[in-house]
Amino acid sequence: MNAHLASTGSAYFLETSKPAVETHTLSVIVDNEPGVLARVIGLFSGRGYNIDSLTVSETQHEKHVSRITIVTTGTPAVITQIIHQLDRMVPVHSVADLTVNGNALTRELAMVKVAGSGEKRVEALRLADAFRARVIDAGTQSFVFEITGKPDKVDQFISLMVPLGLVEVARTGVAGIARGAEGMRV
Amino acid sequence: MATGEMTGAEIVLKALADQGIEHVFGYPGGAVLPIYDEIFQQEKVKHILVRHEQGATHAAEGYARSTGKCGVVLVTSGPGATNAVTGLTDALMDSIPMVCLTGQVPTHLIGSDAFQECDTVGITRPCTKHNYLVKDVNDLARILHEAFYVATHGRPGPVVVDIPKDVQFATGKYVGPKNIEHKTYRPKVKPDQEAIRRAVELIATAKRPILYTGGGVINSGLTASKLLREFVAMTNIPITSTLMGLGAYPASGKNWLGMLGMHGMYEANMAMHDCDVMICVGARFDDRITGRLNAFSPGSKKIHIDIDPSSINKTVRVDIPVVGDVAHALDDMIRVWKAKSLALDKKALEAWWKEIDGWRARDCLRYRKNADVIMPQYAIERLYALTRGKDVYITTEVGQHQMWAAQFFRFDEPNRWMTSGGLGTMGYGLPAAVGVQQAHPKSLVIDIAGDASVLMTMQEMSTAVQYRLPIKIFIINNQYMGMVRQWQQLLHGNRLSESYTDSLPDFVKLAEAYGCVGIRAEKPAELDGKIKEMMATPHPVLFDCRVAALANCFPMIPSGKAHNEMLMGEDVPDAEVGSAIDAKGKMLV
Repeated sequence: MNAHLASTGSAYFLETSKPAVETHTLSVIVDNEPGVLARVIGLFSGRGYNIDSLTVSETQHEKHVSRITIVTTGTPAVITQIIHQLDRMVPVHSVADLTVNGNALTRELAMVKVAGSGEKRVEALRLADAFRARVIDAGTQSFVFEITGKPDKVDQFISLMVPLGLVEVARTGVAGIARGAEGMRV
Repeated sequence: MATGEMTGAEIVLKALADQGIEHVFGYPGGAVLPIYDEIFQQEKVKHILVRHEQGATHAAEGYARSTGKCGVVLVTSGPGATNAVTGLTDALMDSIPMVCLTGQVPTHLIGSDAFQECDTVGITRPCTKHNYLVKDVNDLARILHEAFYVATHGRPGPVVVDIPKDVQFATGKYVGPKNIEHKTYRPKVKPDQEAIRRAVELIATAKRPILYTGGGVINSGLTASKLLREFVAMTNIPITSTLMGLGAYPASGKNWLGMLGMHGMYEANMAMHDCDVMICVGARFDDRITGRLNAFSPGSKKIHIDIDPSSINKTVRVDIPVVGDVAHALDDMIRVWKAKSLALDKKALEAWWKEIDGWRARDCLRYRKNADVIMPQYAIERLYALTRGKDVYITTEVGQHQMWAAQFFRFDEPNRWMTSGGLGTMGYGLPAAVGVQQAHPKSLVIDIAGDASVLMTMQEMSTAVQYRLPIKIFIINNQYMGMVRQWQQLLHGNRLSESYTDSLPDFVKLAEAYGCVGIRAEKPAELDGKIKEMMATPHPVLFDCRVAALANCFPMIPSGKAHNEMLMGEDVPDAEVGSAIDAKGKMLV
């Protein structure tokens, strides 16, 4: 019954004052066949869902299976819709909401190019050390750092590099996996 | 050719035959010529040549919906495929099982902007349940069988198989349909028993229950309709249905409230609004059904039976979701109900029925009869009355005539009513009638049409004549796009922008030009005689029924209003039609 909503004059959660949006990380196991990524992206654009981050790669070559990690933002009702809409697609094996399923691990890799000299160059190197970023290219005028971590750690590192001569950034997007012995249904 | 190998084109025909396909609706072209060459050399699969690919898709839809089988379409690449897009989308929205084979330019030319090339799988991705591009002839047989599996299992829908011309020529292995399912696609058919138990217990506590059923009951098959009738008889719950679900419960049944929704029955919508337990069976809370969402049935607990989990809580939050096939769910519910020897509160139910009878007394379909001009409602009433005792199938186009048909033509059996519900495709009815008549050659197939809609696919009359399909196109001719005009009158200050059709063809002469029969009725007094003449004609007929031009379709839930705020015909005299909906409502359309 919707009695708890009587005061708002509305019968449904969907129509009440805007419920808070949440950010969720979804893992999707799909057949690695042509067009499967277009299908998933098309679903998001066609139905007006958000994609904050998306990564995809084949994970089991013999089984032709890929894993897509999507970070998306929406109301709880929309997140549920997204999961069901993904799950009913023919080449989708299974969908897991890593955010709901608890303390999942999420990591992202970024390559960060910084150019400069003098004190700024030294400071960049010092901060990279503190963030456990590795130097993967070095010149007299520039570094490329490789940093891996949760997205907010990467964000923080990048923002620290801005005043130190940030040139460009390449990020992989988020990959996620649940803790514990259980795996996703393939 | 190695032993046991076949060409791709041979594989296509063999797969169709092995799937039990008897009829294919299609149109040839460069990229499907090898398949057409095979069609020429076999007799198991009959090809029906349409006049436009959209016609093929709607014919396949009509065929599928009237038989419960899968419809099959065959078109060429490029324009053949793009012309099929409307019908594919229509089939997706209304969950019609269909396999559409499209030709494609040879593999090595894909992506080169070759003649009649288009990105068929790209274009049809969002308007199909699934689609395939076959790049290797050795995958062809498996993909074809898989396509039929996907189209017909779970929530049905259209599947496209795009076959490049070189794959049609290449030779490869054929595999039969045995044990071919999709390797991962396993829709859930059997519902969760705990959900069934909770649903049944909730129903047993209801004082003002209602069944709200939809196209899912029809798609589930004849058993589902039978079980639905049994469930209603057992519980005495009032029942209403969406446009797509008409016929699952008989309109002559004593619990029938009529269709619900925007142009539904007053009693059905009022009962939906005031019920305390709503049992939604195979319907999806479409916006034409719910009216204003936040005022939709505010006091009810809701049970939703649907095979597609994404339909649940999509627009309306339900209390007990039951994911599974309608027939399975109803079967389980009846079993549990009987096992627990449950019964509804008889007194409360009697009071509920009394309330409903009060709403019924409003007689919401009443219209002003006229001795000089044929009222459109009257035309359909007479058509209904005169076709009693006949084995009749009805298709429609989209607009006022469609709603009048849903209101005034009463269906007692499933699969007898073919209409474009979700997409609202004008031009659906005539080709759909072609498909229905092909599946039921001896039956009376009538397309209740509008003068504007029917012109969109009129060319398929030529198909009907060629295959001697005696379809009856009953045109409710008011010379307007009636529903567009009605909205303009209600919402846009009676400014009838581009909704009047000047220079309509003379439908009688047009019929003669096509080589079929044209009949015109202009006066109420001659209508019965002309309808009988139409039914007695063993050829396709274009029936030009000249009706009152300015009649509007009521009752109506104006946009932005709730189920209990219906607009009745008598509330809206022609002079006030422009002010019947307030400014806020106009914004919401």
